[in-house]
Formats: sequence, C-alpha cells, structure tokens
Amino acid sequence: MTERETMEYDVVVVGAGPAGLSFAIRLKQLQPETTVCVIEKASTVGAQILSGAVIEPAPLDALLPGWRDNPPPICVPAGEDEFWLLSKTGGRKLPVPPGMNNHGNFIVSLGAMCAWLAPQAEALGVDVFPGFAAADNIYNEDGSVAGVRIGDMGVARDGTHKSGYTQGIDIKAKVTVLAEGARGSLTKQLIKRFGLDRDADPQGYSIGIKELWQVPAGRVTPGKIVHSFGWPADTSTYGGSFLYHLDGDRIALGYVSGLDYRDPQYKPWEAFQQWKNHPHVKPLLEGGNILSAGARAIVTGGYQSLPKVEMPGAILIGDTAGLLNVPKIKGTHQAIRSGMLAAEHLAANGLQAAGFDAALRASPAMAELKQVRNIKPGFKKGLWVGMANAAWETLTRGASPWTLKNKPDWCSLEKIGEYEAPKRDYVTRELPPRDRLAGVYFAATEHDEDQPVHLHVADTNICIERCSIEYDNPCTRFCPASVYEIVEDAMPDGSRGKRLQINAANCVHCKTCDIKDPYEIITWVTPEGGSGPNYQNL
Amino acid sequence: MKILVGYKRVVDYNVRIQVKPDGSGVVTEGVKLSANPFDDIALEEALRLREKGVAEEVVIVGIGPADLTAHLRNGLAMGANRAIHVTTAEAVQPLTAARVFLKLVEKEQPGLVILGKQAIDDDANQTGQMLAALWDRPQATFASKVEIADGKVTVTREIDAGLETIEADLPAVITTDLRLNEPRFIKLPDIMKAKSKPIDTIEFGSLGVEAGDHLKTTHYAAPPKRSRGVMVKDAAELVATLKQKGLL
Repeated sequence: MTERETMEYDVVVVGAGPAGLSFAIRLKQLQPETTVCVIEKASTVGAQILSGAVIEPAPLDALLPGWRDNPPPICVPAGEDEFWLLSKTGGRKLPVPPGMNNHGNFIVSLGAMCAWLAPQAEALGVDVFPGFAAADNIYNEDGSVAGVRIGDMGVARDGTHKSGYTQGIDIKAKVTVLAEGARGSLTKQLIKRFGLDRDADPQGYSIGIKELWQVPAGRVTPGKIVHSFGWPADTSTYGGSFLYHLDGDRIALGYVSGLDYRDPQYKPWEAFQQWKNHPHVKPLLEGGNILSAGARAIVTGGYQSLPKVEMPGAILIGDTAGLLNVPKIKGTHQAIRSGMLAAEHLAANGLQAAGFDAALRASPAMAELKQVRNIKPGFKKGLWVGMANAAWETLTRGASPWTLKNKPDWCSLEKIGEYEAPKRDYVTRELPPRDRLAGVYFAATEHDEDQPVHLHVADTNICIERCSIEYDNPCTRFCPASVYEIVEDAMPDGSRGKRLQINAANCVHCKTCDIKDPYEIITWVTPEGGSGPNYQNL
Repeated sequence: MKILVGYKRVVDYNVRIQVKPDGSGVVTEGVKLSANPFDDIALEEALRLREKGVAEEVVIVGIGPADLTAHLRNGLAMGANRAIHVTTAEAVQPLTAARVFLKLVEKEQPGLVILGKQAIDDDANQTGQMLAALWDRPQATFASKVEIADGKVTVTREIDAGLETIEADLPAVITTDLRLNEPRFIKLPDIMKAKSKPIDTIEFGSLGVEAGDHLKTTHYAAPPKRSRGVMVKDAAELVATLKQKGLL
C-alpha cells in the first residue's frame, strides 16, 4: 500500500458551523499568515446545520462589524415574544421569562448563516473543505493530538475497496480545533482518551426536531417568536416548542425533548407532530408545504458538565464543548464567542492549546452559563418543581450556593413494567408528514447504500436478548429518522427470530442514538464524506 | 489531442426542487448547486483518455455568472488542465450553448468534444446534437463505451433496443450516458493544486454569438399532490368501495 498522503496546516478546524467558522475568521483577522483549514462532512457548508434559530447579535457585531449591511439571506429582526403553557385544547399565555426576551435579536437560518460565513472566511485565506469527513484523530509520538484523518471514499459495505477507492489523507496541524457541534464523534474519543470530563458532571442533551414551512399568504407576522411548554409533554418529560415567523410566508418550527426522559415508550418525533396539531399551531400550517425538515441533538449540560476544553495539541469550542445556554435555548452566540476567544488565545500564545481552558472559564461565556446552571437540572423533579426552581434561580441570578448535579441521559430510562407509564393525551394527526419516513424525505438525506454502516452497535445480541425485554428497544422510537428497526427473519438455523436492522441511509446525523441507548453500545461514526442530510435553510 | 468538456452547474440532484410560489421558476437561493452528473461523467471519460495517453489536454467549459468560478475549480480539482469561463448573467438555452461551443471549438481546435447527454435541470438533450450540426462533424450520443484508435472513435451507444456500436472520424462530438463510467472522488491535495490552474474568462458578448431566447417558458408548477388514501377494514369493504367508485 502506498504511503498515506499528508497535508500540513498551522491549524485544522473540524466542522464548518458557527464556532469553527468564527474561529477561522478571527484567527485570520489577527494573524493573516497562519494557515487554517476547515473540514466539513456535509456536501456543502450549512447542509447539516440545524438550529431554531434566534441569535444574539453582539458576538457577530464583534466578529464582523459591518455584517448588518450585508446580512445573511434569512435574517428577520425579532418582534413580539410570546410564551405559552399549553393544554391539549388551549393554553395560557405567561409572562416571557427574561432569558426568552428577544428584543434586539434576529431570527436566522443557521444553515444559511454558515453558508454566508464560509465565503467570508475563504476571502481571508481560510481553506474550507466541505464534503470531507474527519473520521479519526491522529496523534504525535508524545501522545498529543497531531491532526485528523479524512475518511476513505469508495469503500463497499463489506469493507472491500470499490473501483473508485480513494484513501483519505492525514491533515497535520500544530493545533486541532474541534467544532463538531453537540456530541462530536472525534470529541467523544478525545474526552475519553484525555479524561477531559474527569472533574465535570456527565454531559446532558436534548433532541430538537425542526421543520420549515411555506404557508399561504397572510398568516405570518415576520419576527414573531412563540415558545411553549406543557402539552403534549407529560409533567415528568422536559419538552417545549419553538415557532418563529420568518419573511416570505415561511415559518420555522420545532420541538425539543430532553433526552433525560424516563419513559422508554416516549417518541420525540411523535411529540413534535402532536404539538403541530395543537389548535394554536395547526391553523397556521394547514394548506402549507414543508420546505425542509431534520433533527439534531442539543447539548444542555451547561456549566457543571463542561469538560476541560484543552488537551495537548487540541481544543474544544462551541457545542462540542457544551456551551449552549438552556433557558435562553441559544448556543450560537456562545459558539461564536468561544471561537473568537480560542482564536485570540492561540494567536497570543504561539498556537499553544495550554491555557485555553482557564481563559474560557474566566470569560463572559462561562459567567453566562454559571448564572443559569441550576435551571435545567431542576426539571428532573418534574415540571412544577422545575418551574419554581427556575423562577428562584432567575430571580437570584444563579446566586444559590448549590449546584445541582447532572446524570447521563442513557441511564435515565425506566425498565418496562417497573414504572407507571405516563398517560399520553394525544390527538389524531392531520398535518403532514404522516410518519418518520415521510418526514426524512424532507431532510433530503443521502448515503451511498454500498458503504460500511456508520452506526456501530457493539453487541446486537443485547438488543434482542436484553433490551427488547428491559426497554422494548427504545432506539426504534427515539430515532427521528426510523434508522433502527427490529425485524423478524429466518435465522441461520431455520427458525424465526428477531434481529436489529439498521437503515443507515436514513440517518440525519442527529447523534441521539449515541447518547440515549441505555447500554451505551451505539457509536455514531462519520460516513463517507458528503453523505447525510442536505438541509435547506434550517 | 485536446478534449473540450462541457461542465454545467445545476441544482444538486439530492435537492428537493421547489417551485417559486409565483410559478416563475424554481428556488435556487440557498440551494446546493453542483456539476451536472452527466458532465462529471464526461470529464471523467476525458481524464481517462488523457491517462491512457490518447489525449494531452482536457479543457472544461462553463457558461454562467461570475460565481461559476468555484464550480470550475471543482472540475480542475478532478483533474482538468484548465478551464474556460464564458461569463453571462443570463440563463443559456441549448442553441446558444451550442453556438458558444462552436466559437470555442474554432479557437481551441479540439480533437474531441465530450458533453453530457443532457443537463438535469432542463433535461433538454440538445446541445451536443446542435453542436455537431453547426460544426458539421459526426456525433455519437448516449455513449456507454468510448475507444479511440487511428484517428477514429468507436462508441457504444445505449438505445431502446440494446447497444449499438458506431465508428466515427475525429474530430467528433460525444454525449455521455450514465453507465459510461463512475466519476472519481476529488482528493484534498488536488483542490489545492486546482487553485493555481488557469481559468480563461471570456465575456459572452465578445464571442459574437446571437443571444436571445428561442424558447419561452410560460410557467412552472409542482406535480399535483397525491390525495389522501382511504383505509378499508377488509376485502369486502375494498370491493364495495371500488364498485362505488365505478372501478369494478
């Protein structure tokens, strides 16, 4: 075999999201001579970005002072905020919590915003490479991170090389910047290898499922922002909706479910679809069309779950570090801030990672997380305790002398028969899509079927022998794209038996399975570069 | 021998096409654009001919607005030697494209022109044939195999009845079908090398080609939605429902 090709940069960034691109832009502003490349697994920048998204503009003002004269393609100034507690048939309008007051903010498509940021990075001399997946970390002899290995292209499902086989190259850099978003696959390996979470609580996550609708003219109030909680979630499940009125008769809407949910029968995708049929929402959408749809895990562990964000040769920024502000349900401003801070740190310290952890912890990004650290964990005791606790923490601005603990999401499920299943007061749905497969069509996800399955299940016997009994295979329900199925098949010995079928080509790269599977046996790895969803304006 | 390859940019085949609400076209804002898949096959074939030693130079041609450069760089990263960018802000119809190619053929004197059999945006399937007629040279369309020897090209064509093999004198026009080859993956170092490859920019107006639309599109519409299905309890109800609808 020929020797693997190598390219060298001063800095390699994994992920062309708001954190990675802001980092690259800021570093080039400070040190134009530094060579920087950004690796992105999506076929084009923004195609695998999914967010609400209402953003706070201050960090963007700092990064690109003139941006308001040349705004991203979808950028609607925030208007009226509404906050609702829903019942099945109605709801009560509540005062807007301070974290959800969006005056001065903007509703954007984060995907479109990243596609708008990328050329600005390129204009500064950053090499942005969409369509290439960083499949592995590579290390120096002293154990420090040396860069990333790009995944091979043209490998068949059985691992053999197809005619177009192209070996992935190694990208070596003085420092590697992980900006993969929530639950990054390389970050996960690095956290383990360097014990970065040793002094932190386990990380926590939610899953956000989103659709973009084109609705009949006259229904939309551009800039209007509506958040709700309550129905269809039961009081022990953390769940809430967002609904943002864009321009051009478009509405962005979605539903977020905490992945610390306890009922193994819970279906996050179904909860989203139920909420769409609420009498406050349905009349907005009826007769409209879905333009694009998808799902993505959100990092919600906050202050107490933040791992150490530096290791020899590499740093973590944005959501892969875990900087999202849960009560604000915003992470973009934190991503941009941490990216800029990382660039400033590296520029001032000869591209040395050491010291970045301390710099981040001393920064406003961390102060913001500290103030709200107890709000999300309070909801583990149910909706009403959570609300009371959130009110207290908000009033005191997080001055409580205690910090509530986080537990890993995979261990929160109750076993079948050992808990009282919550009663789900659901309606008959009338709006499209009819099921998850119909929904995944709008994600335009594409994987060459003849490639290795990128969802590694360590021991599929567990699925059949233990999980089916203990949890009734929750993977078949938490996956928003119907990737996991238990099917009945003829076994090698001729008898009928059950087996796990992984429809990897449906995957929308949300990472929920890697987080929520109760035995921690599912590992999400990067498929062939360019595979995956092709979101439009999510 | 020099090979000229048409390299059109279209809405990516994975994108769900959306018709603008006013029916004036399809949405291209915020939509992924990439090479017409048949043009990638054309470029791949040209590169293979170069690698076999049959050709020395592969030149890709793009007709479109200023930002087409990034698309042409992809073709250069795949391996083309250089690119020609004919700049125009207007959408180009097949006859206009064929006339542009004729001008470039006169200038470049290629031994072979390889085009995609059609572009997946307008599915016109005309440019190759029109170019052959204007140039007065042989055409071999829907190619699934191409061999060149002794100044002649032997092309296997995919036709309704099966495969047809024809021989033509060079220079000639070939249009590619899906099964001709599988385009290669672009390698990262080649993207860097492509940055220093030349792109000649020619303004459309300077070519002396008659512009203007030969076809007028009146409106675009999405296919009608399938109406909701009806669930029936059993075979008897199915039969009854079909009878009621006069289908049985």
